Amino acid sequence: MLNVGKIEEGFVLDHIEAGKSLTLYYNLGLDKKDCTVAMIMNAKSGKMGKKDILKVECSIEDLNMDILAVVDHNITVNVVKDGEIVEKKELVLPREIKGVFKCKNPRCITSIEQGLPHIFVLADEKKEVYRCKYCEEKYSQRVKTVVQ
Amino acid sequence: MRHLMSPLDFSVEELDRLFNLANDIEKNPEKYAHACNGKKLATCFYEPSTRTRLSFEAAMLNLGGSVLGFSDANSSSAAKGESVSDTIRVISCYADICAMRHPKEGAPMVAASKSRIPVINAGDGGHQHPTQTLTDLLTIRSMKGRLGNFTIGLCGDLKFGRTVHSLINALMRYEGIHFVFISPEELKIPDYITDKLKENGITYEEVISLESVMPKLDLLYMTRVQRERFFNEEDYVRLKDFYILTAEKMEKAKPDMLVLHPLPRVNEISVEVDDDPRAAYFKQAQYGVYVRMALILTLLGINV
Repeated sequence: MLNVGKIEEGFVLDHIEAGKSLTLYYNLGLDKKDCTVAMIMNAKSGKMGKKDILKVECSIEDLNMDILAVVDHNITVNVVKDGEIVEKKELVLPREIKGVFKCKNPRCITSIEQGLPHIFVLADEKKEVYRCKYCEEKYSQRVKTVVQ
Repeated sequence: MRHLMSPLDFSVEELDRLFNLANDIEKNPEKYAHACNGKKLATCFYEPSTRTRLSFEAAMLNLGGSVLGFSDANSSSAAKGESVSDTIRVISCYADICAMRHPKEGAPMVAASKSRIPVINAGDGGHQHPTQTLTDLLTIRSMKGRLGNFTIGLCGDLKFGRTVHSLINALMRYEGIHFVFISPEELKIPDYITDKLKENGITYEEVISLESVMPKLDLLYMTRVQRERFFNEEDYVRLKDFYILTAEKMEKAKPDMLVLHPLPRVNEISVEVDDDPRAAYFKQAQYGVYVRMALILTLLGINV
């Protein structure tokens, strides 16, 4: 059994679908932040069989909950302060998500207009479908890329 | 300030007022001949479209206004790399209203967000073409006497055809419409549209053969397979003449069925159909001018 120590302040993202934590690491912009991250992949889980866990030591304000909700709203978010879990946050699908995912439609104005943020709007809450605000292209997790 | 990005920007009641105004313009053109004196329309066309541009210009000239603009991206500042946002800020200083066509989807929406004057989407890539839709709705309403309670066949390029997408979105709000989508497998209607139809409990069917559905149609909307929407010339050549509406096929249609087409027509409607009283596509072009006149007046807030 692999042991990863406690964190003092930050968050623990649990129940991430196995293999998705690396994508999430980039989506959350953790590669650009000055914080310690522990990525546990393929951990055994009673509920999921296998799961990933991310432990991030940083200020809790730094976490963009909207991104988490869009990527996978089944993720459990534990907020840690002074080494203890102080809060479990529920993920709610945002109405709009700005500057995180890139529209892949080559005919979309976002492909050429300078300084235009990529915005996706929640088009169907039940099916969790997001569409580009400008061209209405469906956001698909399979082809997602992170805006650099 | 209002813009027109999609046919859904206007409520059904607002559309009724717009169409009543267009019908009044049709009956009393002289009453509106000076309604836009001193007003300027900018036609910003980043891709060529003689028909739509001339229709807008004719509309403004009929109202006594003037027009300025460009008809191709190469002759505009876009060729120098200017963004849509910058262009519209400048155009706002020159004109009172702007009609914009752009090959990139969503470009007029970007323009509207930065504009000080009303912006009309005159077609953005394969996305929306609301004034064509208003033209189609006005033609149906004026010639059929109603919007609703009919079976409409849409034939040809249903994948990239923006006129078709816009028209379906607009017709979804009326009662009792059954859609028949007639297209080759490669040019099928996108799933986001059929999803919307299902959500709204609207009936539709998808077929490949035009002949088999002719007898049940009250309206047939033909479209051209557009070369500029294909990345691959080979696919275009294979699909361009997939459907040709002939006098023989028209024999199977109802005596009062209307044939619509956004024009330009290439081979998809044989010229022999032009003399059939059910061919409504040239009248449709005339209604296009009336509806654009009504739209300019409405967006500029001018009451006659």
